[in-house]
Amino acid sequence: MAAVSLHDVRKRYGKTDVIHGIDLDVSDGELIVIVGPSGCGKSTLLRMVAGLEVVTDGEIRIGDRVVNRVEPKDRDIAMVFQTYALYPHMSVFDNMAYGLKIAKLSKDEIQRRVDEAARLLELSGLLSRKPAALSGGQRQRVAMGRAIVRQPSVFLFDEPLSNLDALLRVQMRLEIKQLQRRLGITSLYVTHDQVEAMTLADRLVVMNAGVAEQIDSPMAVYAKPATRFVAGFIGSPGMNFIEGELHAGRLLLANGDVIVPREAPVHSGEVTAGVRPENLAFVEPQAADFSLQVVSVESLGAETLVHGVVAGRSMASQEGSDVIAGVAGRSLAVRAAGTLDVTEGDTVGLQVAPGGWHWFDNTSGRRIPEA
Amino acid sequence: MAERVVFRSVWLPWLLVAPQLIITAVFFLWPATEAILQSTELPDPFGLSTQFVGWDNFDYLFGDRYYRASFLTTAIFSLSVTALSMSMALLLAVLADSVVRGSGVYRTLLIWPYAVAPAIAGVMWLFMFQPSIGLFPYWLKVLGYEWNHVLNPGEAMSLVVIASAWKQVSYNFLFFLAGMQAIPRSLLEAAAIDGASPWHRFRTIVLPLLSPTTFFLLVINVVYAFFETFGVIHTITAGGPGQSTMIMVYKVYADGFVGQDLGSSAAQSVVLMLIVGVLTVVQFRFIERRVHY
Ligand SMILES: Nc1ncnc2c1ncn2[C@@H]1O[C@H](COP(=O)(O)OP(=O)(O)OP(=O)(O)O)[C@@H](O)[C@H]1O
Ligand SMILES: [Mg+2]
Repeated sequence: MAAVSLHDVRKRYGKTDVIHGIDLDVSDGELIVIVGPSGCGKSTLLRMVAGLEVVTDGEIRIGDRVVNRVEPKDRDIAMVFQTYALYPHMSVFDNMAYGLKIAKLSKDEIQRRVDEAARLLELSGLLSRKPAALSGGQRQRVAMGRAIVRQPSVFLFDEPLSNLDALLRVQMRLEIKQLQRRLGITSLYVTHDQVEAMTLADRLVVMNAGVAEQIDSPMAVYAKPATRFVAGFIGSPGMNFIEGELHAGRLLLANGDVIVPREAPVHSGEVTAGVRPENLAFVEPQAADFSLQVVSVESLGAETLVHGVVAGRSMASQEGSDVIAGVAGRSLAVRAAGTLDVTEGDTVGLQVAPGGWHWFDNTSGRRIPEA
Repeated sequence: MAERVVFRSVWLPWLLVAPQLIITAVFFLWPATEAILQSTELPDPFGLSTQFVGWDNFDYLFGDRYYRASFLTTAIFSLSVTALSMSMALLLAVLADSVVRGSGVYRTLLIWPYAVAPAIAGVMWLFMFQPSIGLFPYWLKVLGYEWNHVLNPGEAMSLVVIASAWKQVSYNFLFFLAGMQAIPRSLLEAAAIDGASPWHRFRTIVLPLLSPTTFFLLVINVVYAFFETFGVIHTITAGGPGQSTMIMVYKVYADGFVGQDLGSSAAQSVVLMLIVGVLTVVQFRFIERRVHY
């Protein structure tokens, strides 16, 4: 068990900066998920913690030790790779026992630990098989088992579920979470799947282009995204954005139209206003802030996604309502619970839910605090 | 199942395989048959007539002290060549695998020796080790060692082994390097995290995963040492001093073309053919079951 802390960690390959200085304090037993688009540096960051990449600058501590110059094997970590990296010529047992044999544990102790991990992961019947004779999910478990038997202070996961099918992914996600809770081992988990990120994490690190845009609990990240990037990245379908100039509570758009939101921060300048698809509600035309011409309807059973273009200001709109009339022609996504009785070509009334607006400064990309 | 092409014409398929068949017939079947026939015959001293002698040539051959010695020489020679060229190639491949920058240049340089004809390679090494004018004997003399492979059988054997192995290193190197690069990096990283030292990783991960390549190369190298080193032997030692580097292939030539003992030479060819056959079977067996782990 150990805390992990990163202080201004940077990585440069030749002349290209890949990680631009990341600060992160992971407390003992915490499950941190690092999420971000492809190529943002998640793996690089994780591999620096593992000791597989040299840290260009900054400091990484595991427990109370600075580990920048410590060999991977001496960092007391275990890593689960995306490709599992099982030794193909060894049986499941030997795969799990490999590190223990090197650590010169007694035969009994090795047997005991492997058996225990196998029981935990339901691999007991497979110990003599070679990896080639296992299913994807079973291989994934062996990779987990190999990490567990070493009883490390820190687990590192690099997209461990991305090679599994959707159903198995959900199941393994739950299992990993339970396992991590039970063992209480500090974990860093890399994924580009935001659902995985939201469901697993105690805290999320949302990365973009080598920068940690926000580090917070999943709910805080969802409710108050710190930057426009985070707002767009977390949530599916992504947040609807409108750019314009905010002045005295009115949002002036490039085409001369004006939006007067019910709630606007005290701020002036170029901004982006955002509203999540689930924060738009279908209402009667009289109560609508604006109307939407439906382009496509995706019914998923539990919820319905409606994509459309803003058709114009509703007749009933008055000063002080969330008028999005000026954005006629913009496409917008709306998400509603259950099934809906709308079809393509319909025009429906929409209203922005209270507190539904998010505001971001265009120059810094950062969130503008609510009034 | 691969889809099969069906030819309407009966002749086209034959025409297409004809070049291969003709080459096989002219350069293998014909000489092979001739060799088998001759191995049962004994020509008179003037080469004007022959008489059928059955197994006599073979009986004589296996009773011949020099031929049995040649067996041993061949075994020592080919095992040494195989061991030396494969271990050097493996070492170079390990080094090349860890080089990131300039690896292209490094690889190209290492591949060149393969393009050198055996006879040229032989002459080159001969120059370097020529007792009176060679560079290595000069250096060795400085170190207090008198090199003369023309007189010393052990040195002669060492030299032909080195020259033959040198030529084969490139080939082995290429296969070893490709084999190593096919091992996913993450396996070695996982092993490193598991606490394995570089040497332990090499022994427990790299070598076992290279075993298909190693076995393949083993067969190839033995075949090479048996049959394709004629040029090297011919230019460097011509089988001498005495019979000390007289490998079987060279003995076929020496007895047949130099000694004019055609019956014995033909019998020796037949023995060699049998050996090639066995090696080929071993190799095919192995290629069929490609998966080992
Ligand atoms: N050895 C290297 N040399 C140069 N650039 C590299 C090297 N390794 C990674 N990069 C670059 O660093 C950036 C981050 O790579 P990284 O593998 O960390 O991305 P990632 O966030 O894990 O992406 P993914 O989700 O696709 O796995 C990428 O732009 C990549 O091109
Ligand atoms: Mg990655």
